[in-house]
Amino acid sequence: MEVNVTRRQFLKLSGAVAATLAVVELGFDEKSAKAQSEEFKIAKLTPTPTICPYCSVGCGILVYANEDDVVYTEGDPDHPINEGTLCSKGTTVRQVYTSEKRVTKPMYRAPGSSKWEEVDWDFALDKVAKNIKETRDKTFMEKENGITVNRTDAIAYLGGAALDNEECHLLQKLFRAGLGLSYIEHQARI
Amino acid sequence: MTNHWNDLQFADVLMVIGANPAENHPISFRWISKAIEKGGKLISVDPRYTRTSQMANVYGQLRSGTDIAFIGGMINYVLEHELYHKEYVAHYTNAAYIVADTYKFEDGMFSGYDEATRKYDQSQWAFKTDEEGNVLTDPTLTDPNCVYQLMKKHYARYDIDTVVGVTGTDKDTYMDICKTYGSTGEVGKAGTILYAMGGTQHTVGTQNIRAYAILQLLLGNIGIAGGGVNALRGESNVQGSTDFGLLYHNVPGYMEVPTGSEGDSTYQGFLDRITPASGYWVNKPKFYTSMLKSFYGDNATADNEFGYHFMPKIAPGKDYSFMRLFDAMHRKELEGLILFGSNPVVGGPNSFKEQAAMANLKWMVAVDLFETETSAFWQKEAGNDPSSVQTEVIFLPACSSFEKEGSVTNSGRWMQYRWQGIAPKGESRADLEITHMLARRLKELYKNESTPAAKQINALYWNYGDDDHPDIELVCRDINGYDWKTKKQIQSFGDLQDDGSTTAGCWIYTGFYPENENLAKRRDNTNEGMSNFLNWSFAWPANRRILYNRASADLNGKAWSKERVGIEWNAQEGKWTGYDIPDFVATKGPDDPTFNDPFIMMAGGKGALYAAAKLNEGPFPEHYEPYENPISNAFSSVQLNPAVQFGEEEMNAKGEADKYPIVATTYRLSEHWQSGAMTRNVPWLAELVNHMFIEISEELAKEKGIKEKDKVIVATARGEIEAYAMITKRFKPYKLKEKTVHHIGMPWHFGYKGIATGATANRLTPHIGCANSTIPEYKAFLCDVRRV
Ligand code: SF4
Repeated sequence: MEVNVTRRQFLKLSGAVAATLAVVELGFDEKSAKAQSEEFKIAKLTPTPTICPYCSVGCGILVYANEDDVVYTEGDPDHPINEGTLCSKGTTVRQVYTSEKRVTKPMYRAPGSSKWEEVDWDFALDKVAKNIKETRDKTFMEKENGITVNRTDAIAYLGGAALDNEECHLLQKLFRAGLGLSYIEHQARI
Repeated sequence: MTNHWNDLQFADVLMVIGANPAENHPISFRWISKAIEKGGKLISVDPRYTRTSQMANVYGQLRSGTDIAFIGGMINYVLEHELYHKEYVAHYTNAAYIVADTYKFEDGMFSGYDEATRKYDQSQWAFKTDEEGNVLTDPTLTDPNCVYQLMKKHYARYDIDTVVGVTGTDKDTYMDICKTYGSTGEVGKAGTILYAMGGTQHTVGTQNIRAYAILQLLLGNIGIAGGGVNALRGESNVQGSTDFGLLYHNVPGYMEVPTGSEGDSTYQGFLDRITPASGYWVNKPKFYTSMLKSFYGDNATADNEFGYHFMPKIAPGKDYSFMRLFDAMHRKELEGLILFGSNPVVGGPNSFKEQAAMANLKWMVAVDLFETETSAFWQKEAGNDPSSVQTEVIFLPACSSFEKEGSVTNSGRWMQYRWQGIAPKGESRADLEITHMLARRLKELYKNESTPAAKQINALYWNYGDDDHPDIELVCRDINGYDWKTKKQIQSFGDLQDDGSTTAGCWIYTGFYPENENLAKRRDNTNEGMSNFLNWSFAWPANRRILYNRASADLNGKAWSKERVGIEWNAQEGKWTGYDIPDFVATKGPDDPTFNDPFIMMAGGKGALYAAAKLNEGPFPEHYEPYENPISNAFSSVQLNPAVQFGEEEMNAKGEADKYPIVATTYRLSEHWQSGAMTRNVPWLAELVNHMFIEISEELAKEKGIKEKDKVIVATARGEIEAYAMITKRFKPYKLKEKTVHHIGMPWHFGYKGIATGATANRLTPHIGCANSTIPEYKAFLCDVRRV
């Protein structure tokens, strides 16, 4: 991982983390807090900097994770905007990962069916690609009033305000430049 | 934002109107509080006494939908009392420009209106020019047809009594606000305006923002530290998603989408149409051609007009925006809907109708972290009989922001990198990967075909790796742009070419990835001055932190204020120096004829007090009442914005004040976010706020016999919802000129899925929007309330 959390930053981080946890988990007994801080689960973990996924303030968050779980998250003390603080949403970001409501497998709902079925990625992606192709081939307009227009008005795309820039770039490129959609919209409009 | 979050601390006065940062952008309040600690004043203008109001020095109550009356009165006050920044107005704005004699304004209407199309002939508002096409000016600002005089005349009608009779603001408070905010017109002072969807979600939304901008230009508050017109954007990357052209009318970098018109039938014809004669946009052909090269690679050559004809061309004059998309779905014109992190059943206007339209789809694809009300629209819980909904639905599980890597752009235009902290949960995948896998499959399906549809997708240049996992490095390099031959990264958008030799996926970001380093990853938080943090991440364009920063200095290039230095002309070094990246070539000196033209994106370089041909309803913001309103317009006999367009009638029932006498608005809460998928499914947040409620005044509660926590029904012409009543002092009845009206508010985050569930406010909202942006009028509509 090529994150440049500097050594200075990292040392400062570890201190801040220990202090926060001491209050949360051990009350205010500083001595025992100090003794036990060595054994905290996160002591051996390197934080990964991220940016809060909610509002557009863009607060920095540090994620402490091991192989199979996000152990702890906290405000990034080195971030110039939030300087370690977070609001209620940024504070609970760990639960976006741990929430039992997360969908972790592709799902399929057949026409007229009353339930989802779990499917594998190949099945799901093939379905999507086939649907796009069928509709697109049927409705694609090469020309309109004698002018080349190369578009389809029968498929719509929505979304993007919570995605990464790189994702927005590929989505726009694929759906407009590659597939000829006109109905491309997202949250900025509503 | 023209400025950025840390910069708020430098304001002398902050006016928050149509926003509630204390609750909806909580951490931004660090910097607002800092300004207050330093002696700054906070003004909060809102229909409801919010937590921002609680922190403010002055709170002005304003009926939803009356911003233009409110700000128009302030403009009038500033002009009448000569509080404006005289040098700034004379030299940095178009105050001196002379307007053609065809411009007229009478009883709420500008000249050139066509009733049949509800459109204006905007050429009637043009500037007067000499034979060579140069705009005539009157530097003395006395010509009755100069912008300054026309503006003065226009807003003279916005006298204080008329204004407060419309907005419902207490008169003394209003005068206090005019005076306090007007004080920032003094040379060297700074005032900032912060707004959010309370400003934009109206039939006059764009003109609301225009009104803020006019006030800021008059007071000399744009381009300076602690100033600006600052949109507090709602989502972590709604800035980026807009920059990258995920809207029907824009390709990346705010450039036009070609239409199927005669003029656009050749690339040159299209470029001629979209490229102005002066201002920075004269470079548009370079940006556009570089973008086409990024889209189509080797299939974009000089011989085929750089692949221009592969680009879809929208039907001329057709509106493809969000509400019209649902109108089309209602008319069964759409077969498929693809959603990436989008939940219109909760977030869309008149959402029950929008949900009903979804049953007309043949197929839907939903990419999301959680099952949303939209992806589950066919279920019984949604009120549907599943057996009668024939839509095939495919749900693709996406992973969250820290289970992948990539960048997001905050409100201050900082492009910040997020590293991957853990592997995606279960089988979920990054949206980047999902898009890439889909593109590969589609390319595979089409590869042996030669239909026009196949030619387009086959021409698409998709070079992000040969397996299902895309190489994000390659995506980043593609966004920045590179030299096609040498594959070397482009350093700045000034180096882009229109001959196909360079690429740029999104030109405004060019420069974030010079050859060796992705600058979005920078984490040096040293404050080199004025808290601009030039080495933390990257800000578009060109790492500039405050837009139009030329205006932070006077006509000689000296800072207006010693405490607020942005950039200054350094005659010794022969260049601009200071704490920011200049908005132009750093060596542009006093000899340059554009030395005093700070507004580089405008033809002529002057700030637009008057918008000659940009906005659909007129060159000056004029007050019109919301689509649904309780009183007649006090400023003219024209009730509704004359340029608003109507969609499908069936999607947009209208309520009248006799049946629905109460004004309603929607808002957000600290604990929830947008349509709620990412908060109502998070246990702690769901626990913090777990019920849908409406907030009503003590007076209305008494009138209706409603007690705290009673179940009530809110009804509009679109439908009814049930919610708990929360009785507060935060709403007060409005004493308007004609009558007293009640006002209520409610959060719009709820739906029937997730841990915390509740009725969806948007079942009530109207399906009509701004005459320019078509953003729906969520923020002002009529309702009635009764006990269950
Ligand atoms: S922590 Fe709160 S204020 Fe900061 S970005 Fe997240 S939602 Fe916004």
